[in-house]
Amino acid sequence: MRYGFEVLVSLKAGLLDPQGKAVEGSLPALGWTNVSDVRVGKHIALTIEADDEDAARVQVAEMAERLLSNPVIEDFQILSASELGG
Amino acid sequence: MAQEQPLHRQLGLTDEEFGDIRQTLGRDPGSAELAMYAAMWSEHCSYKSSKVHLRSLPTEGSAVLVGPGEDAGAVDIGDGLAVVFKIESHSHPSAIEPYQGAATGVGGIVRDIISMGARPIALLDPLRFGPLDEARNRWLFEGVVAGIGGYGNCIGVPTVGGEVHFAGPHSSNPTINVMCVGVAPADRLVTSAMPVHEGSLMVLYGAATGRDGIGGVSVLASATLEEGAEASRPSVQIGDPFAEKLLIEASLELVERGLLEGLQDLGGAGLTCAVSESAARAGLGAELDLDAVPLREAGMEAFEILTSESQERMLAIVSPGKLVQVQAVCERWGLQGVVVAKTITGGGLTVRLGGEIVARVPARSLADEGPVYERPSAPPADLAERQEDDPTFATVTVKAEEAFFSVLASPNVASKRWVAEQYDAHVQHNTIAAAGGDAAVVRVDGTLRALALSSDGKGRFGHLDPYLGAAHAVAEAARNVACTGARPLAITNCLNFGNPERPEVMWQFTESIRGIADACRAFDTPVTGGNVSFYNESGDSAVWPTPVIGMLGLLADHRLRVRSGFRGPGTTIYQLGDTLPELGGSEFAEVVLQMISGKPPALELAHERALQQLLVDAAAGDLLVSAHDCGDGGLAIALAESAIAGDTGFAVTLPADAPWYVSLFSESASRVVVSVDEARIAAFEALVARAGVPLRRLGETGGPRISIDGALETTVEAAREAYESAIPTLLDA
Amino acid sequence: MSRGERVPRIGVVTFPGSLDDRDALHAVELMGAQGIPLWHADTDLQGVDAVILPGGFSYGDYLRTGALARFARIMDAVRAFADRGGPVLGICNGFQILCEAGMLPGALSRNDSLRFVCRPVSIRVETSGTPVTGRLLPGETVEIPIKHGEGRYVAGKEELRRIEGEGLVAFRYSGPDGVVDDARNPNGSVGNIAGVRNGSGNVVGLMPHPEHAVDPDVGPVGGQPLFASLLQYVGAGV
Repeated sequence: MRYGFEVLVSLKAGLLDPQGKAVEGSLPALGWTNVSDVRVGKHIALTIEADDEDAARVQVAEMAERLLSNPVIEDFQILSASELGG
Repeated sequence: MAQEQPLHRQLGLTDEEFGDIRQTLGRDPGSAELAMYAAMWSEHCSYKSSKVHLRSLPTEGSAVLVGPGEDAGAVDIGDGLAVVFKIESHSHPSAIEPYQGAATGVGGIVRDIISMGARPIALLDPLRFGPLDEARNRWLFEGVVAGIGGYGNCIGVPTVGGEVHFAGPHSSNPTINVMCVGVAPADRLVTSAMPVHEGSLMVLYGAATGRDGIGGVSVLASATLEEGAEASRPSVQIGDPFAEKLLIEASLELVERGLLEGLQDLGGAGLTCAVSESAARAGLGAELDLDAVPLREAGMEAFEILTSESQERMLAIVSPGKLVQVQAVCERWGLQGVVVAKTITGGGLTVRLGGEIVARVPARSLADEGPVYERPSAPPADLAERQEDDPTFATVTVKAEEAFFSVLASPNVASKRWVAEQYDAHVQHNTIAAAGGDAAVVRVDGTLRALALSSDGKGRFGHLDPYLGAAHAVAEAARNVACTGARPLAITNCLNFGNPERPEVMWQFTESIRGIADACRAFDTPVTGGNVSFYNESGDSAVWPTPVIGMLGLLADHRLRVRSGFRGPGTTIYQLGDTLPELGGSEFAEVVLQMISGKPPALELAHERALQQLLVDAAAGDLLVSAHDCGDGGLAIALAESAIAGDTGFAVTLPADAPWYVSLFSESASRVVVSVDEARIAAFEALVARAGVPLRRLGETGGPRISIDGALETTVEAAREAYESAIPTLLDA
Repeated sequence: MSRGERVPRIGVVTFPGSLDDRDALHAVELMGAQGIPLWHADTDLQGVDAVILPGGFSYGDYLRTGALARFARIMDAVRAFADRGGPVLGICNGFQILCEAGMLPGALSRNDSLRFVCRPVSIRVETSGTPVTGRLLPGETVEIPIKHGEGRYVAGKEELRRIEGEGLVAFRYSGPDGVVDDARNPNGSVGNIAGVRNGSGNVVGLMPHPEHAVDPDVGPVGGQPLFASLLQYVGAGV
């Protein structure tokens, strides 16, 4: 079966995120003075072939640890597994 | 409504052009054929409005190895080496998506150089934007600079120079030019003179083909941008600099190993252009199989594959016996190389998709037999009025010091460090001088030789007198090169203009061509190629006629190159050339008097040539400590820039017979500020006398102060602060 | 010929997208060593005395800088070489690769200005205990250009304490006088860190480009002492 996953990679809490800071700094000029805690991350979509969803998720987690994120500075979240059909 | 127009008009072809196509084919063209003609006969690819005029440019000289007509021109620099260089515009894509527009502009010009078999060794980026007090202009400026850096820094070619100017007409029409310079053994240049045989294979290698830039040529590059141009965003190409780096290395390896009969980059009009030009140049035809083209998206139609402008693709022409080796090189660099076409006798180009013939046209009719127009031309109605209002005779109430700091901090004059620091200037370890001086100086690897490179355009002068503006651009570019001690050799040009269907734009164009031709003849710097960029206008606002000149100069020994900055105390400062009361079109007139009017300064080509020769001779004799062109902003700015660059103050006196604002800010042509060591003064003055160049002793270098007798007292530090902070401050607004 | 007089062989790895590989080869040759080009897909280091991972944008630096290059085939050999005590120098992208590979602590992230920056900087030597600082004393400064978009050194709090505590910082951005402050920090690196070493001191990485500061015909030569140190280090047969 093929399973679709999305991996969200974000900077660990507490680390400076200059992109997030820049976005946050620009929003007030557009009228949004009520925004805080902007963080910019990465969104990686992929499709994986596996026997079942659990097996697929285990592999995606391994990918996320080894390659898709850098555990020194980043956290990741695996989202929205949706079966795509065989 | 657009959708009610016949297809050929939607694609940008006129009814007459459509008639020509029918006559050539003897039938109605199919849709794929029509798209091919539309792309190849677009202004961008066919030069249909400019061709007749470009013929008047001088293109021959003893050093010219390859003139206009190939992917880039080539010049002999001795020792069996050739320099390949070209400039191009990517203004229209950059106006819509500044980062990718500029990035893919860099990618395109680099591929022009590799397709000649040369290793790219330097990039220069002449850029023009609207004033930075408008937010959209800041967005365009920041995006373009980031895009040039993002691409150029990633491919290992140093960005060593360029220029940045700001003017109202560029507000909705940024002018983004990119220049690339490469070096190759002269006997290994890949040109159309290389024999291509019948039955040779065309190998497409590099990136897969997607729907990028479909119609980019005919829709984007060849029509005036309308309001809501953002809607054409899908037409913009996305760059992949990593793929480009692999393409550079793979291509050069193919050339070095002698595996090719020809090499073409895929740029405007994509596969159609590369295949039809390759076949036409060889006097052959070709069979093109679109099913073989690696696609990024499923379900692409023939016309899309044929005209896609997906980046980072090259077409190699290979004899069948060498195919395996060629594909192995591609594979080593991680690139896919597939045979998409083969050459055949006769001149026919046959295109198949899904086994069916989708196009069958004469290759030459696409590549060489496009329409040629001699469009009507007439001077602008308000030209005389514009020239009449001469700022030289305006009443000046401002104090000298205030004027000095206004001009020094004007974005056209002020330091472009904010830009230059975003570019890798060092990679390839041969950059001796990057942006900031008069010309960039790049050593030719493994030799004592160095290239001096400068790009210059004089838009404001061109607005007031396009002939003079163009001639001044050539003169300034040559002078900048000569200031380093290098001998100007040849030029490439990028001609940035409005809509050629308007007679006044056509008049500006022909006048500019005349100016370039006269100046290039006078300096013996032939035109080796370039690019015409029309339709740089939106609504009624066209860019100023701005030919940008890319000048190549050669230093026989880089150790004798001359710097632009003063070097410590005790040297004598001279002005070479005469200052005349010529404030028309000057930075002072625009910034201080708010006048963009009058006539630009006169230009005596013989005087200019003598000055340049003098600079080259003086450098060869090691007589100069520094030399710096008096350009935008005049003498005051030239002195200040030399002081800032060398962290050395100066004290000078001005002639008593002219008002201070003329002495300080006139932009008279053919002037250079030099500094000379005590021990060399006699030899220097004798050389100047022999050359017959006017000479005035201005004063001496030394100390932390800038002292212009009777007019201005300040410090190098204060000048540096104004000069360096101007653009960052505007961007922080 | 005695061992001390033989010409050291210094390998420079070319990954797809390496850009300053030729420059590093040119620099080591200018300094009197023999430069040995190494290819990412090879498994053999050809018996070199030291390995340089050069600058550039390996694999486009897509995903993260250095993230893909660390999996290149030659990296197994580089890691084994380092484990045996062999000197490894990572410059810019090479530094990023070494951090991604876990051979050096910390990580490099986007400059706080969000812009690429190319300019000469002064860096202060923090330790003589690396292959490229043996001939320099702590506190000395050298001027070397930087050119990077992602050079902001970061590490978690705990790790940073360890890096500082164990003296793993090799270089800090400073003034020419050695003063370390925010004004001299070109990219927002924590503690102005410009380079670090590993625990045993044989692996070192830095963002500035010493290979672009060795040729007097082209510009200043602040990078020379680093390569001179490297040559001495391998000449001594360490």
